[in-house]
Amino acid sequence: MGETFSRAIQWSSDADQLENSPLNNDILTEILLFTEDFDDRYPKEARILFREPLQWKTSLEAADFTSDIYDTRGEAAVSLECDDNRSPLLQLSPPDITVHSFYHLSNLLQLSKDKTMKEIRACLEGDTLIVHAFIAILLLLVNELYFCSVCVFLPREGRLSPEAVNTEVDLLKRFCGTGENRALKSVSYTSDYVFSNGCRSPPWRQMDGEICSLIIETCDTEPTLFITCSTSGVFFDERINGEGGVNYYMRKSELYKDIITLLKNMSPHFAVAANEQGFFYNVLLCMDSSHFYPEKILWESTSPSVCLKDIKLWASLNINMSNRCICVCMHSKSPGGAGDFSESSSEDEEDEEQPERRAEIPTDLPSEYWQIQKLVKYLKGANQTATVIVLCALRDFNLVQETCQLAIRDVGGLEVLINLLDTDDIRCKIGSLKILKEISCNSQIRQTIADLGGLQTMVSILDSPDKELKGLAAETIANVAKFRRARRTVRQHGGIKRLVELLDCVPNGVSMSAEQERDVEVARCGALALWSCSKSTRNKESIRRAGGIPLLARLLKSSQKNMLIPVVGTLQECASEKSYRIAIQTEGMIEDLVKNLSCDNQELQMHCASAIFKCAEDKHTRDLVRQYEGLKPLVMLLNEAENKQLLAATTGAIWKCSISLENVAKFQEYKALEILVGLLKDQPEEVLVNVVGALAECAQISENLATIRKSGGIQPLVNLLTGTNQALLGNVTRAVGACATDPENMVIIDRLDGVRLLWSLLKNPNPEVQANAAWAICPCIENTKDAGEMVRSFVGGLELIVNLLKSQNKAVLASVCAAIAKIAKDVENLAVITDHGVVPMLANLTNTGDDKLRRYLAEAIACCCKWGSNCVSFGEAGAVAPLVHYLRSKDPSVHQATARALFELSKDPNNCITMHENGVVKLLLIMIGSTDEILQEAAASCVANIRRLALANDKAKYG
Amino acid sequence: MQKMSAMNRKLIQNLAETLCKQVKHFDKRETECLIRLFSGLLGEQAERRAAHGLDRVRFRNILHNTFGMTDDMMMDSVFRAFDKDNDTYISVKEWVEGLSVFLRGALDEKIKFCFDVYNLHGDGYISREEMLQMLKDSLIRQPTEEDPDEGIKDIVEIALKKMDHDHDGKVSYSDFEKTVKDENLLLEAFGNCLPDAKVEITSNYFCM
Repeated sequence: MGETFSRAIQWSSDADQLENSPLNNDILTEILLFTEDFDDRYPKEARILFREPLQWKTSLEAADFTSDIYDTRGEAAVSLECDDNRSPLLQLSPPDITVHSFYHLSNLLQLSKDKTMKEIRACLEGDTLIVHAFIAILLLLVNELYFCSVCVFLPREGRLSPEAVNTEVDLLKRFCGTGENRALKSVSYTSDYVFSNGCRSPPWRQMDGEICSLIIETCDTEPTLFITCSTSGVFFDERINGEGGVNYYMRKSELYKDIITLLKNMSPHFAVAANEQGFFYNVLLCMDSSHFYPEKILWESTSPSVCLKDIKLWASLNINMSNRCICVCMHSKSPGGAGDFSESSSEDEEDEEQPERRAEIPTDLPSEYWQIQKLVKYLKGANQTATVIVLCALRDFNLVQETCQLAIRDVGGLEVLINLLDTDDIRCKIGSLKILKEISCNSQIRQTIADLGGLQTMVSILDSPDKELKGLAAETIANVAKFRRARRTVRQHGGIKRLVELLDCVPNGVSMSAEQERDVEVARCGALALWSCSKSTRNKESIRRAGGIPLLARLLKSSQKNMLIPVVGTLQECASEKSYRIAIQTEGMIEDLVKNLSCDNQELQMHCASAIFKCAEDKHTRDLVRQYEGLKPLVMLLNEAENKQLLAATTGAIWKCSISLENVAKFQEYKALEILVGLLKDQPEEVLVNVVGALAECAQISENLATIRKSGGIQPLVNLLTGTNQALLGNVTRAVGACATDPENMVIIDRLDGVRLLWSLLKNPNPEVQANAAWAICPCIENTKDAGEMVRSFVGGLELIVNLLKSQNKAVLASVCAAIAKIAKDVENLAVITDHGVVPMLANLTNTGDDKLRRYLAEAIACCCKWGSNCVSFGEAGAVAPLVHYLRSKDPSVHQATARALFELSKDPNNCITMHENGVVKLLLIMIGSTDEILQEAAASCVANIRRLALANDKAKYG
Repeated sequence: MQKMSAMNRKLIQNLAETLCKQVKHFDKRETECLIRLFSGLLGEQAERRAAHGLDRVRFRNILHNTFGMTDDMMMDSVFRAFDKDNDTYISVKEWVEGLSVFLRGALDEKIKFCFDVYNLHGDGYISREEMLQMLKDSLIRQPTEEDPDEGIKDIVEIALKKMDHDHDGKVSYSDFEKTVKDENLLLEAFGNCLPDAKVEITSNYFCM
């Protein structure tokens, strides 16, 4: 493929322009699709910087750079992302453009929309070398092979050169190691001395064409291999220890063309690594060397060196003219694994492509195998009439059985079936699709269908006027598009738009004609296919752009469950996108979703609940769910505790709906809390996360705190604090914190040692858990008798919490400040945290602009002033002036805390002077006029302190 | 000439009036068109024969030119299916009746029609031999094999196994009907004898 590509690219006579030929356009399309998708598929790699940027003359203007990752200034545009030297990774000063990474290249192509082809052409013309780079990468990625390493050698003139040997040895060295999966133990030269001509062999041996000698330790051959490389080839030799310490070599083996070939012959272990794992893969790329410039490395790996298993996909591409070779090292992901590359969070593991597991053909094949083989043979030579008979006979096999599915594949049946889709005979197409639809429930069959280009044909069948045919094609696409690559293929060949068009029907006609009923059936098949496709983020966007949302909304009015399931399935999948959540609300779909919560099909109920779960982050949506009386059916669904997926979706919907207090009131009425508490035990984590989240929201209303206690919820909640699931811990800490505001609950929490558990969660790496734990600690301290004693009993606890003031996360900082304010109320503990340096650390934070942090920071400062010389220390650490400015904040809760802090600080004369200099009096006078009595008093007292200092000063001056 | 056609018009209208009551799927105007087409075709025939109706050659021409059929045996069989009274001519009544199924027939009617076409010997059963005759050219022969017809024979067995519900070694009408109702694709199991979908869509044009 690479060969075809590089040869096929047709340059015009002056060699710096690509000819506008159909062939070139096809290649450009391939490169374009590859580049556009690169960011999606290899997010990490896309961020690696090119050694040298790509530069070309663009037709884009600053106005095209609409995305928020760019900054436009007049005619120029730059990316916000910069490299280490602070120069932007994309720079436009028309008509020149410079791009430093695949991420920006792929985003740029998406911006240019209709101009993409022009851009990629200009980009490639800007640098002929890049063409070959793209081709080489394309070769690896498009084929989707699990390469570990690929060397693409330029043609050599039948003789080895020192440079070529060097490159090969360097490459081999990268695959030596100590791990179990290494291919080699070690590779080394016998001599470190390099002659000026690049050879290492002694001059008298160079006379015979020798270049160097190597010692290679393989994993399976004994003894160590001694190898000599000469201009005529590579051979291995027997070392004879001659007299006088001079080593004599005797040529022992035949000549091999390179070291890798020799090793493959000598070491079975190496050969296995090379062939089966695709370890080394030599491709001779016949390129015209005139297209290469010396010494240019496009892209370099910074990843740690290779180990064979669990390697992340990683590509480095060296193009090195002096060595006359291109070396592409692809460290592919290990087969079947790595969710890092998923297009969407919702992709299941079962969706991932499975490695080929073509078992050896067992000796006792079932009789079906031979029968199927015979039928497929007939299919190859049959006319339309016989084809239909044979297809019908094939359908009589049990096609859900894996033996039959794989038999069809193994005897080459899939090729024939897919070829039939390209014939003119509609009955052959239908017969073939009926089989493909059945067997594509097998993941290996799916992959083979995609490999054989079946999806492209099926997408084009969607244009057929025959409705049965269209429907079958869509249903088969629905089965095949269960993995990422297939979904992408459907999109790239215009399948999404066609599938959306299938949705256009009237789902609930009063008296439907046969024709209308057929339309509904086709729409159902289309919805099934879209459901499969909608697991990819880009496809969600394509569905929306193709006008799918209003059509889905119309189908949602259907009364048929087999229609509703794929429709709601698609909607809930797409609801991960904000545009869909808005549309679901504005197109009136909430009402239908709520209505179907009460249907008698659990799968449909689950999808409805899941859609509500995702959409109810929005307040208006939550209100709509209540208005359409959706809360009661949700609570009813809690009784279906056996179906865990349904339970997870239902509890999720209840959690998000309970963010609105009006909804909580309804849940109280339906006794939802009691049921939720009952679900705190023996449930999978995805259910627990939601249940606890819902309880945390409901606990915002104080009367629910008693309900949770009375139904026995405190103990299981505290027990969950010992878990490891971050999402669950985030919610449990919130729920426990809310419960702790009730003194009776607190008694139970204290007895269960809940505060200690909360405290230990401050060490959790997840900032959300840290913050929620710190928030939860506040009411615990407030509501526990002898809280000071309890806090002191946590060994190292105070130091731990003070050190969290070094966190970079504003939410963590605010929560920790709040907790410190509570801790500081105990004088002994205040003394301890002062020793741990709380004062300068708090003072350090005062320059923040975050109102929430300001409020709790001011509170902490107010509380910490009450020990020793802390008041003075805050002044010395520069905390006073910034605090004065807090009074200008728009948030009244900041004012109160700040006034209290300023009042405490005003007990030191120097602080009063600083405050006065920063214009505090005028601001405080405004605060005195507030209706908040605490604020009034604190502000007035502070002014009084300043005034007293002034009076004393006057008195001292004027006696 | 003009006088004669005027007379004809009156005749045709009367005939159409009668026929459209006996035949499904066509209204009076469409029937009239078909009759006119029929008399047009007759006009091309020798006078002597025209008295009986359309002969086999003319009819096959229509099947070939208008409906794209190619298989000689199938065309002859379709002719026999149209020619209900077996007089080797298709009368105007047979013409209209036949076309009503051929172009507009419901599934049941088409099943009956196809069965009549495939029932080469007219004995009410489709036998192995008949199938073999109809399918003889449906598979590329493998000259390397001992019996080049083995594949065909195998396909006949496959078809028979699929259709012979009462296990009497031949396909009766009720066997055929049940098979096609289970799997519509097998309506034209032994050869193309109905207009394909594209022609069906243009059948309105044909009747104009």
